[in-house]
Amino acid sequence: MVSLKDLRKVSDYEWEIPSTLREDMRVAVRIFATRQILEAVMNDRSLEQAVNVATLPGLAGNVVVMPDMHQGYGFPIGGIAATLYPEGVISPGGIGYDINCGVRLLGSFISVDLAEPYLDSLAVALDHACPSGVGKEGLFHLSASELDQVCLLGARWAFQKGLASEQDLQRTEEEGCLKGAMPDKVSPRAKARGRDQLGTLGSGNHFLEVEVVEQIFDAKAAQKMGLQEGCLALMIHCGSRGFGHQICTDYVQEFQSAVRRYDIHLPDRELVCAPLNSPEGAAYLGAMRAAANYAFANRQLLAHQARKAFEEVFAGKIQRWHLHQVYDVAHNIGKVETHSVRDHSVKVCVHRKGATRAFGPGSREIPPEYQSIGQPVLVPGSMGTSSWVLVGAAESMDKSFGSSCHGAGRVLSRSQAKKQVRGDQLRSRLEAGGIHIRAGSLPGLAEEAPEAYKDVDEVVETVCGAGIARKVARLRPLIVIKG
Amino acid sequence: MTDEKELGFIELQHTADRAVRVWAPDYPALLIQSARAMYEIAGILLDQDCKVERMVELAASDDESLLVVFLSELLFLQETENLAFNKIRLRVSGFELQAWLSGAKIKEQAKEIKAVTYHNLNINRLPQGLEVTIVFDV
Repeated sequence: MVSLKDLRKVSDYEWEIPSTLREDMRVAVRIFATRQILEAVMNDRSLEQAVNVATLPGLAGNVVVMPDMHQGYGFPIGGIAATLYPEGVISPGGIGYDINCGVRLLGSFISVDLAEPYLDSLAVALDHACPSGVGKEGLFHLSASELDQVCLLGARWAFQKGLASEQDLQRTEEEGCLKGAMPDKVSPRAKARGRDQLGTLGSGNHFLEVEVVEQIFDAKAAQKMGLQEGCLALMIHCGSRGFGHQICTDYVQEFQSAVRRYDIHLPDRELVCAPLNSPEGAAYLGAMRAAANYAFANRQLLAHQARKAFEEVFAGKIQRWHLHQVYDVAHNIGKVETHSVRDHSVKVCVHRKGATRAFGPGSREIPPEYQSIGQPVLVPGSMGTSSWVLVGAAESMDKSFGSSCHGAGRVLSRSQAKKQVRGDQLRSRLEAGGIHIRAGSLPGLAEEAPEAYKDVDEVVETVCGAGIARKVARLRPLIVIKG
Repeated sequence: MTDEKELGFIELQHTADRAVRVWAPDYPALLIQSARAMYEIAGILLDQDCKVERMVELAASDDESLLVVFLSELLFLQETENLAFNKIRLRVSGFELQAWLSGAKIKEQAKEIKAVTYHNLNINRLPQGLEVTIVFDV
């Protein structure tokens, strides 16, 4: 177990576990946290999991952990590890089962005062338009060749079908399409699971929220994003559904033997990995990119369906009711990127497990209109609390492989949350606070209670205090739709 | 949680996911108890009017892998055919198994399980039988 005395304080917001803590560590672990956050995470095993990640072969620099960290399986959630490309390894468990789980934010110029009388209708329309819940099928049933096209094109597939705008694509990480996807490396089982789930939200912590822009901290950045105080926004949180779950399952299984072939020794079998330049590693990279593209297409279709719901409710009643894309960013993904490591520019595979890319101003990978402000970073809060829009700062490139936090981060297990909170009481409490709730199940709602999460504001203060991101706007939820 | 002493399961605290400790006198019984635990976490209710039977053959490289492969197969049938099984008979030989599954279409499911993980997966041999802790991604 890792304890506080094992940590070296770097600043009020940065800590380090030295690589000497355990014999099998190859690099140190850099943690972004306040003392209060650190003390809270000592209750789970997230730091021990980060130390395990530091034993992976071919790491290009320190393992990094964000303040929303919590215990996962293999990697901690909030963990970032960059491995040398192509001689380092790729770990499917370090990306997660929900490949390219991510967040999309759409802005509007609909004033909350004008929208207020229609919020009930909007909640019903969104719930109807965006299928959610366990195993739900979507409105799109793909043939085998169409599914391959989704794998190859991502959100651009939706564009070709007239379900996305050029701006939607430009304002999506990698323009909604990771190059190098290999649908032929995806198993028939994964394809069977993926064929009917496109355009669905799923369950668990996935959600769709209508929010109001409550406070703006950076007027210039907010203006570039089309975020206006007192106006509605829409946030979508979901991933690659059963398609991605099965791809990860398949490759974690296959890599159990790959680690023996490549003589890789690990403290946890969920960390199994293979060299990126091996046939196994290259196959997983291609399949993972296919799932990432599926997820980009999934969020695009949900955005399209949500726009139709907005049109149904607001057209003819409110002028300028359209939703425009602010950004779409992944938080469970492996990306080949170039970073500066010990003053050398190196190509690495950045594993982000519950962490968001947060490139600073001037990065070529972000849309031209965001070049001067940095990449938007979307940080959903826990249900019923604020969400944040940040931008990546230059220091993220030096400190965290261009990454930031992805949410509030759990502190209570789901069963603890259900013991402390009753779903019906939570719904009443949220509704009394002016939030419209549409939830598939009350116990499921209780599992996602605000009490089960850290204070998102403290998480945001930490990444901003550490200099890896800057605040742009805080959003308050008005409608929450959960599976 | 079951009341049985020789075999059963209990849910453990896990911040993000769901974890269960499962115990049984022998390996086939451990697999069956693990399946019961997984279905309980998912909150599955069967539609007794739509009974089904399946037979599957699976192989892996060790006991832990075979456990994951078996549970993953049940998850796959759950998601693609909406099936779950309340009677399971197994024949295990080395790291291969044949499973005769009797169950039904799912009437109700409370929770989606994304995957069965290998996180710290280790089947422990105890004087009274076997024990394992399984973490499910939810």
